[in-house]
Amino acid sequence: MSDKLSNAQIAWRAAQDIEDGAYVNLGIGFPEMVAKFQPPGREAIFHTENGILNFGEAPAAGQEDWDLINAGKKAVTLKPGAAFFHHADSFAMVRGGHLDVAILGAYQVAENGDLANWSTGPKGVPAVGGAMDLVHGAKRVAVITEHVTKDGKPKLLDRCTLPLTGVACVTRVYTSLAVIDIDAGRFVLREKLAAISIEALQALTGAKLHLQGAVTDLIVPEV
Amino acid sequence: MNKTIPDLATAVSAIGDAAVVMIGGFGGSGAPIELIHALIDRFRATGHPKGLTVVNNNAGNGHIGLAALIEAGMVKKLICSFPRSADPVVFTQAYLAGEIELELVPQGTLAERIRAGGAGIPAFYTPSSFGTDLAVGKPVEVFEGRSYVQERWLKADFALIKADLGDTMGNLTYRAAGRNFNPLMCMAAKVAIVQVSRIVAAGQIDPEAVITPGIFVQGLVEVREPQQEELLNRSGAVYA
Repeated sequence: MSDKLSNAQIAWRAAQDIEDGAYVNLGIGFPEMVAKFQPPGREAIFHTENGILNFGEAPAAGQEDWDLINAGKKAVTLKPGAAFFHHADSFAMVRGGHLDVAILGAYQVAENGDLANWSTGPKGVPAVGGAMDLVHGAKRVAVITEHVTKDGKPKLLDRCTLPLTGVACVTRVYTSLAVIDIDAGRFVLREKLAAISIEALQALTGAKLHLQGAVTDLIVPEV
Repeated sequence: MNKTIPDLATAVSAIGDAAVVMIGGFGGSGAPIELIHALIDRFRATGHPKGLTVVNNNAGNGHIGLAALIEAGMVKKLICSFPRSADPVVFTQAYLAGEIELELVPQGTLAERIRAGGAGIPAFYTPSSFGTDLAVGKPVEVFEGRSYVQERWLKADFALIKADLGDTMGNLTYRAAGRNFNPLMCMAAKVAIVQVSRIVAAGQIDPEAVITPGIFVQGLVEVREPQQEELLNRSGAVYA
Protein backbone atom coordinates (compact mmCIF):
# COMPACT_ATOMS: atom_id res chain seq x y z
CA MET A 1 0.00 0.00 0.00
CA SER A 2 1.27 3.45 -0.87
CA ASP A 3 1.60 6.30 1.62
CA LYS A 4 -1.95 7.47 1.04
CA LEU A 5 -5.25 6.13 -0.24
CA SER A 6 -6.44 6.80 -3.77
CA ASN A 7 -9.86 8.40 -4.28
CA ALA A 8 -11.28 4.96 -5.12
CA GLN A 9 -9.87 3.58 -1.86
CA ILE A 10 -11.36 6.42 0.18
CA ALA A 11 -14.70 5.70 -1.52
CA TRP A 12 -14.28 1.98 -0.75
CA ARG A 13 -13.73 2.69 2.94
CA ALA A 14 -16.79 4.94 3.13
CA ALA A 15 -18.90 2.27 1.41
CA GLN A 16 -18.09 -0.28 4.15
CA ASP A 17 -20.10 1.77 6.67
CA ILE A 18 -23.29 1.82 4.58
CA GLU A 19 -25.74 -0.74 5.92
CA ASP A 20 -27.97 -3.02 3.92
CA GLY A 21 -31.18 -1.20 3.01
CA ALA A 22 -29.85 2.27 3.81
CA TYR A 23 -31.20 5.27 1.89
CA VAL A 24 -28.17 7.15 0.64
CA ASN A 25 -27.45 10.37 -1.22
CA LEU A 26 -24.03 10.66 -2.84
CA GLY A 27 -22.85 14.14 -3.81
CA ILE A 28 -21.97 14.95 -7.41
CA GLY A 29 -18.48 13.91 -8.57
CA PHE A 30 -16.07 12.01 -6.32
CA PRO A 31 -18.75 10.76 -3.86
CA GLU A 32 -20.61 9.03 -6.73
CA MET A 33 -17.73 6.48 -6.67
CA VAL A 34 -18.94 5.10 -3.34
CA ALA A 35 -21.81 3.29 -5.11
CA LYS A 36 -19.30 1.01 -6.87
CA PHE A 37 -17.95 -0.42 -3.61
CA GLN A 38 -21.03 -1.71 -1.82
CA PRO A 39 -20.01 -4.82 0.12
CA PRO A 40 -21.40 -8.10 -1.25
CA GLY A 41 -24.79 -8.97 0.19
CA ARG A 42 -25.69 -5.38 0.96
CA GLU A 43 -27.89 -3.19 -1.15
CA ALA A 44 -28.31 0.51 -0.51
CA ILE A 45 -31.05 2.56 -2.14
CA PHE A 46 -29.61 5.64 -3.77
CA HIS A 47 -31.49 8.95 -3.83
CA THR A 48 -30.82 11.66 -6.37
CA GLU A 49 -32.25 15.04 -5.46
CA ASN A 50 -33.71 15.74 -8.89
CA GLY A 51 -36.30 13.06 -8.17
CA ILE A 52 -35.36 9.36 -8.25
CA LEU A 53 -35.01 6.69 -5.58
CA ASN A 54 -33.18 3.46 -6.46
CA PHE A 55 -31.39 4.46 -9.62
CA GLY A 56 -28.60 2.31 -11.01
CA GLU A 57 -25.58 2.62 -13.23
CA ALA A 58 -25.20 4.59 -16.44
CA PRO A 59 -26.77 3.03 -19.54
CA ALA A 60 -24.65 1.99 -22.53
CA ALA A 61 -23.75 4.81 -24.90
CA GLY A 62 -26.64 5.43 -27.26
CA GLN A 63 -29.17 4.01 -24.77
CA GLU A 64 -29.55 7.21 -22.75
CA ASP A 65 -32.96 8.61 -21.91
CA TRP A 66 -32.26 12.30 -21.19
CA ASP A 67 -35.32 12.62 -18.96
CA LEU A 68 -33.72 9.92 -16.78
CA ILE A 69 -30.71 11.66 -15.26
CA ASN A 70 -29.11 12.15 -11.85
CA ALA A 71 -28.25 15.36 -10.03
CA GLY A 72 -24.97 15.54 -11.95
CA LYS A 73 -27.09 15.49 -15.15
CA LYS A 74 -25.64 12.14 -16.16
CA ALA A 75 -27.92 9.51 -17.70
CA VAL A 76 -28.80 6.68 -15.28
CA THR A 77 -30.91 3.51 -15.26
CA LEU A 78 -33.53 2.28 -12.79
CA LYS A 79 -33.42 -0.70 -10.46
CA PRO A 80 -36.53 -2.72 -9.57
CA GLY A 81 -38.49 -0.76 -7.00
CA ALA A 82 -37.45 2.68 -8.24
CA ALA A 83 -39.69 5.70 -7.74
CA PHE A 84 -40.01 9.19 -9.22
CA PHE A 85 -41.13 12.27 -7.30
CA HIS A 86 -41.09 16.04 -7.64
CA HIS A 87 -38.50 18.37 -6.13
CA ALA A 88 -40.44 19.35 -3.01
CA ASP A 89 -40.90 15.68 -2.07
CA SER A 90 -37.25 15.02 -2.89
CA PHE A 91 -36.02 17.68 -0.49
CA ALA A 92 -38.58 16.58 2.10
CA MET A 93 -36.69 13.27 2.03
CA VAL A 94 -33.48 15.23 2.60
CA ARG A 95 -34.43 17.78 5.27
CA GLY A 96 -37.10 15.63 6.88
CA GLY A 97 -34.58 13.16 8.28
CA HIS A 98 -35.54 10.28 5.99
CA LEU A 99 -32.13 9.63 4.45
CA ASP A 100 -29.75 7.44 6.44
CA VAL A 101 -26.52 8.72 4.95
CA ALA A 102 -25.29 11.61 2.81
CA ILE A 103 -21.71 11.44 1.54
CA LEU A 104 -20.25 14.68 0.27
CA GLY A 105 -16.98 16.16 -0.91
CA ALA A 106 -15.28 19.01 0.95
CA TYR A 107 -12.94 21.92 0.54
CA GLN A 108 -12.68 22.22 4.32
CA VAL A 109 -14.16 20.60 7.45
CA ALA A 110 -13.93 22.14 10.92
CA GLU A 111 -13.66 20.28 14.21
CA ASN A 112 -17.20 21.35 15.18
CA GLY A 113 -18.55 19.74 11.99
CA ASP A 114 -18.81 22.90 9.86
CA LEU A 115 -18.47 22.12 6.16
CA ALA A 116 -17.26 24.30 3.29
CA ASN A 117 -17.82 22.65 -0.08
CA TRP A 118 -19.70 25.05 -2.37
CA SER A 119 -17.61 28.17 -2.95
CA THR A 120 -13.92 29.01 -3.10
CA GLY A 121 -14.62 32.72 -2.80
CA PRO A 122 -16.26 35.67 -4.53
CA LYS A 123 -14.75 35.21 -8.01
CA GLY A 124 -16.80 34.01 -10.97
CA VAL A 125 -20.39 32.76 -10.96
CA PRO A 126 -21.67 31.46 -7.60
CA ALA A 127 -23.55 28.12 -7.70
CA VAL A 128 -24.89 26.17 -4.73
CA GLY A 129 -27.28 23.51 -6.04
CA GLY A 130 -28.47 21.14 -3.31
CA ALA A 131 -25.31 21.31 -1.16
CA MET A 132 -26.86 23.43 1.61
CA ASP A 133 -29.90 21.16 1.83
CA LEU A 134 -28.02 17.85 1.77
CA VAL A 135 -26.01 18.71 4.89
CA HIS A 136 -29.23 18.84 6.92
CA GLY A 137 -31.48 15.95 7.72
CA ALA A 138 -29.54 12.81 6.85
CA LYS A 139 -28.90 10.74 9.99
CA ARG A 140 -25.19 10.64 9.10
CA VAL A 141 -23.42 13.29 7.02
CA ALA A 142 -20.03 11.96 6.01
CA VAL A 143 -17.29 13.62 4.01
CA ILE A 144 -14.74 11.97 1.75
CA THR A 145 -11.65 14.00 0.97
CA GLU A 146 -7.91 14.16 0.55
CA HIS A 147 -6.39 14.82 3.96
CA VAL A 148 -4.61 17.95 2.69
CA THR A 149 -4.97 20.29 -0.30
CA LYS A 150 -2.92 19.88 -3.49
CA ASP A 151 -0.33 22.26 -2.05
CA GLY A 152 -0.17 20.41 1.25
CA LYS A 153 -2.34 22.63 3.44
CA PRO A 154 -4.72 21.05 5.99
CA LYS A 155 -8.36 20.63 4.95
CA LEU A 156 -9.36 19.61 8.48
CA LEU A 157 -9.27 22.80 10.50
CA ASP A 158 -10.27 24.35 13.79
CA ARG A 159 -12.39 26.73 11.73
CA CYS A 160 -13.28 26.87 8.03
CA THR A 161 -11.92 29.90 6.19
CA LEU A 162 -14.02 29.37 3.01
CA PRO A 163 -17.76 30.18 2.79
CA LEU A 164 -19.75 27.63 4.79
CA THR A 165 -22.20 25.13 3.32
CA GLY A 166 -23.55 24.20 6.73
CA VAL A 167 -22.86 24.60 10.44
CA ALA A 168 -21.98 21.64 12.70
CA CYS A 169 -23.35 19.13 10.19
CA VAL A 170 -20.57 16.61 9.46
CA THR A 171 -20.41 13.47 11.61
CA ARG A 172 -17.50 11.52 10.05
CA VAL A 173 -14.61 12.27 7.69
CA TYR A 174 -12.90 9.66 5.50
CA THR A 175 -9.59 11.02 4.27
CA SER A 176 -6.67 9.69 2.27
CA LEU A 177 -4.90 9.01 5.59
CA ALA A 178 -7.48 8.44 8.32
CA VAL A 179 -11.06 8.02 9.50
CA ILE A 180 -12.05 10.75 11.92
CA ASP A 181 -15.32 11.25 13.79
CA ILE A 182 -16.68 14.59 14.86
CA ASP A 183 -17.84 14.24 18.42
CA ALA A 184 -18.80 17.07 20.79
CA GLY A 185 -16.94 19.68 18.70
CA ARG A 186 -13.72 17.67 18.44
CA PHE A 187 -11.96 15.55 15.85
CA VAL A 188 -11.69 12.01 17.25
CA LEU A 189 -9.21 9.78 15.43
CA ARG A 190 -10.63 6.28 14.80
CA GLU A 191 -8.42 4.78 12.10
CA LYS A 192 -5.18 5.74 10.37
CA LEU A 193 -2.84 4.20 7.85
CA ALA A 194 -0.26 2.07 9.64
CA ALA A 195 2.53 3.83 7.75
CA ILE A 196 1.87 7.22 9.34
CA SER A 197 2.42 8.07 13.00
CA ILE A 198 -0.16 9.95 15.02
CA GLU A 199 2.35 12.82 15.31
CA ALA A 200 2.84 13.01 11.54
CA LEU A 201 -0.94 12.89 11.01
CA GLN A 202 -1.42 15.64 13.58
CA ALA A 203 1.11 17.80 11.70
CA LEU A 204 -1.08 17.53 8.56
CA THR A 205 -4.26 18.41 10.46
CA GLY A 206 -5.31 21.96 11.32
CA ALA A 207 -6.95 21.13 14.65
CA LYS A 208 -6.23 18.77 17.52
CA LEU A 209 -6.85 15.07 16.92
CA HIS A 210 -8.34 13.56 20.05
CA LEU A 211 -7.86 9.95 21.04
CA GLN A 212 -10.79 8.14 22.56
CA GLY A 213 -10.34 4.41 22.73
CA ALA A 214 -8.16 2.45 20.35
CA VAL A 215 -6.97 3.85 17.01
CA THR A 216 -7.08 0.99 14.55
CA ASP A 217 -5.19 0.56 11.29
CA LEU A 218 -6.99 1.85 8.20
CA ILE A 219 -6.75 -1.16 5.90
CA VAL A 220 -8.10 -0.84 2.37
CA PRO A 221 -7.52 -3.25 -0.54
CA GLU A 222 -6.18 -2.16 -3.91
CA VAL A 223 -9.31 -1.26 -5.88
CA MET B 1 -64.08 22.36 -20.58
CA ASN B 2 -61.20 22.26 -23.03
CA LYS B 3 -57.85 23.89 -22.15
CA THR B 4 -56.21 23.00 -25.45
CA ILE B 5 -54.33 25.80 -27.22
CA PRO B 6 -53.95 25.31 -31.00
CA ASP B 7 -50.27 26.23 -31.39
CA LEU B 8 -47.11 27.31 -29.59
CA ALA B 9 -47.28 30.94 -30.74
CA THR B 10 -50.74 31.35 -29.24
CA ALA B 11 -49.63 29.56 -26.08
CA VAL B 12 -47.01 32.22 -25.25
CA SER B 13 -48.84 35.25 -26.66
CA ALA B 14 -50.02 36.67 -23.31
CA ILE B 15 -46.59 36.84 -21.61
CA GLY B 16 -45.79 40.53 -21.20
CA ASP B 17 -42.71 42.63 -20.50
CA ALA B 18 -41.28 42.28 -16.96
CA ALA B 19 -43.33 39.15 -16.26
CA VAL B 20 -42.09 36.61 -13.72
CA VAL B 21 -41.84 33.32 -15.63
CA MET B 22 -41.11 29.96 -14.04
CA ILE B 23 -39.58 27.49 -16.47
CA GLY B 24 -39.74 23.80 -15.56
CA GLY B 25 -36.97 21.27 -15.94
CA PHE B 26 -33.74 20.23 -14.26
CA GLY B 27 -31.04 20.74 -16.86
CA GLY B 28 -32.63 19.34 -20.00
CA SER B 29 -34.82 16.80 -18.19
CA GLY B 30 -38.40 18.04 -18.33
CA ALA B 31 -37.39 21.34 -19.98
CA PRO B 32 -40.05 22.89 -22.28
CA ILE B 33 -37.68 23.73 -25.14
CA GLU B 34 -40.43 24.34 -27.73
CA LEU B 35 -42.34 26.79 -25.51
CA ILE B 36 -39.13 28.70 -24.77
CA HIS B 37 -38.28 28.87 -28.47
CA ALA B 38 -41.80 30.10 -29.26
CA LEU B 39 -41.28 32.92 -26.76
CA ILE B 40 -37.97 33.82 -28.44
CA ASP B 41 -39.74 33.82 -31.84
CA ARG B 42 -42.26 36.32 -30.49
CA PHE B 43 -39.50 38.55 -29.14
CA ARG B 44 -37.72 38.48 -32.49
CA ALA B 45 -40.93 39.42 -34.31
CA THR B 46 -42.30 42.04 -31.89
CA GLY B 47 -39.56 43.07 -29.43
CA HIS B 48 -41.62 41.58 -26.59
CA PRO B 49 -41.57 40.23 -23.99
CA LYS B 50 -38.41 41.65 -22.44
CA GLY B 51 -37.16 42.37 -18.93
CA LEU B 52 -38.32 38.94 -17.73
CA THR B 53 -37.56 37.47 -14.33
CA VAL B 54 -37.01 33.75 -14.89
CA VAL B 55 -37.12 31.02 -12.24
CA ASN B 56 -35.35 27.78 -13.15
CA ASN B 57 -32.97 25.42 -11.34
CA ASN B 58 -30.18 26.22 -13.79
CA ALA B 59 -29.14 28.95 -16.21
CA GLY B 60 -29.17 27.18 -19.54
CA ASN B 61 -26.70 25.02 -21.42
CA GLY B 62 -25.25 25.78 -24.86
CA HIS B 63 -27.23 28.13 -27.11
CA ILE B 64 -30.74 26.69 -27.00
CA GLY B 65 -33.70 26.78 -24.62
CA LEU B 66 -33.13 28.95 -21.54
CA ALA B 67 -29.59 29.82 -22.68
CA ALA B 68 -31.03 31.14 -25.97
CA LEU B 69 -33.64 33.16 -24.04
CA ILE B 70 -30.81 34.81 -22.09
CA GLU B 71 -28.70 35.21 -25.23
CA ALA B 72 -31.60 37.01 -26.94
CA GLY B 73 -31.47 39.62 -24.14
CA MET B 74 -34.97 38.91 -22.81
CA VAL B 75 -34.02 38.10 -19.20
CA LYS B 76 -33.34 40.80 -16.60
CA LYS B 77 -33.07 38.54 -13.57
CA LEU B 78 -32.59 34.84 -12.93
CA ILE B 79 -33.62 33.04 -9.74
CA CYS B 80 -31.85 29.67 -9.64
CA SER B 81 -29.74 27.27 -7.57
CA PHE B 82 -27.02 26.19 -9.96
CA PRO B 83 -26.10 28.52 -12.85
CA ARG B 84 -23.51 26.13 -14.22
CA SER B 85 -23.72 23.45 -16.89
CA ALA B 86 -21.58 21.64 -19.44
CA ASP B 87 -21.60 24.83 -21.55
CA PRO B 88 -22.68 27.80 -19.39
CA VAL B 89 -21.03 30.46 -21.59
CA VAL B 90 -24.19 32.50 -22.28
CA PHE B 91 -25.20 33.08 -18.67
CA THR B 92 -21.59 33.40 -17.48
CA GLN B 93 -20.80 36.18 -19.95
CA ALA B 94 -24.05 38.05 -19.26
CA TYR B 95 -23.50 37.78 -15.50
CA LEU B 96 -19.86 38.86 -15.53
CA ALA B 97 -20.79 41.78 -17.83
CA GLY B 98 -23.43 42.88 -15.31
CA GLU B 99 -26.23 42.39 -17.84
CA ILE B 100 -28.25 39.93 -15.76
CA GLU B 101 -29.12 39.84 -12.08
CA LEU B 102 -28.79 36.56 -10.14
CA GLU B 103 -30.67 35.46 -7.02
CA LEU B 104 -28.96 32.28 -5.85
CA VAL B 105 -31.19 29.94 -3.81
CA PRO B 106 -30.36 26.50 -2.38
CA GLN B 107 -32.09 23.90 -4.52
CA GLY B 108 -34.40 22.52 -1.84
CA THR B 109 -35.28 26.01 -0.69
CA LEU B 110 -36.08 26.97 -4.27
CA ALA B 111 -38.43 23.99 -4.58
CA GLU B 112 -40.11 24.72 -1.25
CA ARG B 113 -40.49 28.45 -2.00
CA ILE B 114 -42.27 27.54 -5.24
CA ARG B 115 -44.43 24.94 -3.46
CA ALA B 116 -45.27 27.51 -0.76
CA GLY B 117 -46.21 30.03 -3.44
CA GLY B 118 -48.64 27.56 -4.94
CA ALA B 119 -49.97 26.50 -1.54
CA GLY B 120 -50.70 29.96 -0.12
CA ILE B 121 -47.95 29.83 2.52
CA PRO B 122 -46.15 33.20 2.57
CA ALA B 123 -43.10 32.07 4.55
CA PHE B 124 -41.57 29.01 6.17
CA TYR B 125 -38.47 28.00 8.13
CA THR B 126 -35.75 25.69 6.83
CA PRO B 127 -32.43 24.50 8.25
CA SER B 128 -30.82 24.97 4.82
CA SER B 129 -28.34 27.86 4.56
CA PHE B 130 -28.34 28.62 8.31
CA GLY B 131 -25.01 30.18 9.22
CA THR B 132 -23.99 30.69 5.57
CA ASP B 133 -23.66 33.68 3.24
CA LEU B 134 -27.04 32.83 1.68
CA ALA B 135 -28.85 33.43 4.99
CA VAL B 136 -27.53 36.96 5.50
CA GLY B 137 -30.35 39.38 6.33
CA LYS B 138 -32.97 36.66 6.74
CA PRO B 139 -34.84 36.13 10.02
CA VAL B 140 -33.67 33.14 12.08
CA GLU B 141 -35.68 31.33 14.72
CA VAL B 142 -34.87 28.45 17.06
CA PHE B 143 -37.21 25.46 17.13
CA GLU B 144 -36.51 22.54 19.48
CA GLY B 145 -32.98 23.81 20.02
CA ARG B 146 -32.04 24.13 16.36
CA SER B 147 -31.78 27.27 14.20
CA TYR B 148 -33.86 27.74 11.08
CA VAL B 149 -33.90 30.43 8.38
CA GLN B 150 -37.10 32.11 7.26
CA GLU B 151 -37.72 31.92 3.53
CA ARG B 152 -40.50 33.55 1.49
CA TRP B 153 -42.85 32.05 -1.06
CA LEU B 154 -42.15 32.43 -4.76
CA LYS B 155 -44.95 33.05 -7.21
CA ALA B 156 -45.06 33.74 -10.93
CA ASP B 157 -47.22 35.32 -13.58
CA PHE B 158 -46.61 32.41 -15.95
CA ALA B 159 -45.07 28.96 -15.89
CA LEU B 160 -43.75 27.17 -18.96
CA ILE B 161 -44.02 23.46 -18.27
CA LYS B 162 -43.22 20.17 -19.99
CA ALA B 163 -45.35 17.12 -19.25
CA ASP B 164 -46.00 13.83 -21.02
CA LEU B 165 -49.75 13.22 -21.29
CA GLY B 166 -52.34 15.90 -20.75
CA ASP B 167 -56.08 15.59 -21.00
CA THR B 168 -58.34 18.40 -22.19
CA MET B 169 -59.06 19.35 -18.56
CA GLY B 170 -55.35 19.88 -17.87
CA ASN B 171 -54.62 16.75 -15.85
CA LEU B 172 -50.97 15.80 -16.39
CA THR B 173 -48.52 12.94 -16.20
CA TYR B 174 -44.76 13.29 -16.58
CA ARG B 175 -41.86 11.23 -17.92
CA ALA B 176 -39.23 9.79 -15.55
CA ALA B 177 -37.19 12.43 -13.71
CA GLY B 178 -38.65 15.07 -16.05
CA ARG B 179 -41.18 15.71 -13.31
CA ASN B 180 -38.74 17.68 -11.08
CA PHE B 181 -39.95 21.30 -10.66
CA ASN B 182 -42.83 21.05 -13.14
CA PRO B 183 -45.73 20.12 -10.80
CA LEU B 184 -44.65 22.77 -8.28
CA MET B 185 -44.43 25.51 -10.90
CA CYS B 186 -47.89 24.65 -12.23
CA MET B 187 -49.18 25.44 -8.74
CA ALA B 188 -47.21 28.66 -8.22
CA ALA B 189 -48.04 30.47 -11.47
CA LYS B 190 -51.21 32.42 -12.23
CA VAL B 191 -51.08 30.94 -15.72
CA ALA B 192 -49.40 27.56 -16.25
CA ILE B 193 -48.85 26.78 -19.93
CA VAL B 194 -47.93 23.16 -20.56
CA GLN B 195 -46.47 21.44 -23.59
CA VAL B 196 -47.40 17.77 -23.66
CA SER B 197 -46.41 14.98 -26.01
CA ARG B 198 -50.04 14.03 -26.44
CA ILE B 199 -53.40 15.59 -25.59
CA VAL B 200 -56.09 13.03 -24.83
CA ALA B 201 -59.79 13.29 -24.07
CA ALA B 202 -60.96 13.73 -20.50
CA GLY B 203 -61.21 10.29 -18.95
CA GLN B 204 -58.26 8.88 -20.89
CA ILE B 205 -55.84 9.38 -18.00
CA ASP B 206 -56.53 7.13 -15.02
CA PRO B 207 -57.29 9.48 -12.08
CA GLU B 208 -54.93 7.31 -9.99
CA ALA B 209 -52.10 8.23 -12.38
CA VAL B 210 -52.65 11.99 -12.49
CA ILE B 211 -49.64 13.83 -11.04
CA THR B 212 -50.77 17.42 -11.62
CA PRO B 213 -54.55 17.90 -11.29
CA GLY B 214 -56.00 20.15 -13.98
CA ILE B 215 -56.95 22.93 -11.54
CA PHE B 216 -53.28 23.99 -11.63
CA VAL B 217 -53.15 24.16 -15.44
CA GLN B 218 -54.51 26.95 -17.63
CA GLY B 219 -53.43 25.89 -21.12
CA LEU B 220 -52.04 22.87 -22.98
CA VAL B 221 -50.34 22.68 -26.33
CA GLU B 222 -49.35 19.45 -28.04
CA VAL B 223 -45.71 18.97 -29.09
CA ARG B 224 -45.60 15.45 -30.48
CA GLU B 225 -41.88 14.77 -30.46
CA PRO B 226 -40.30 17.22 -28.06
CA GLN B 227 -36.61 17.98 -28.39
CA GLN B 228 -34.11 17.16 -25.66
CA GLU B 229 -31.56 19.78 -24.66
CA GLU B 230 -28.77 17.21 -24.31
CA LEU B 231 -29.23 15.90 -27.86
CA LEU B 232 -29.55 19.40 -29.34
CA ASN B 233 -26.32 20.43 -27.65
CA ARG B 234 -24.50 17.31 -28.82
CA SER B 235 -25.47 18.23 -32.37
CA GLY B 236 -24.14 21.78 -31.83
CA ALA B 237 -27.58 23.36 -32.22
CA VAL B 238 -27.95 27.14 -31.83
CA TYR B 239 -31.37 28.76 -31.58
CA ALA B 240 -30.78 32.01 -33.38
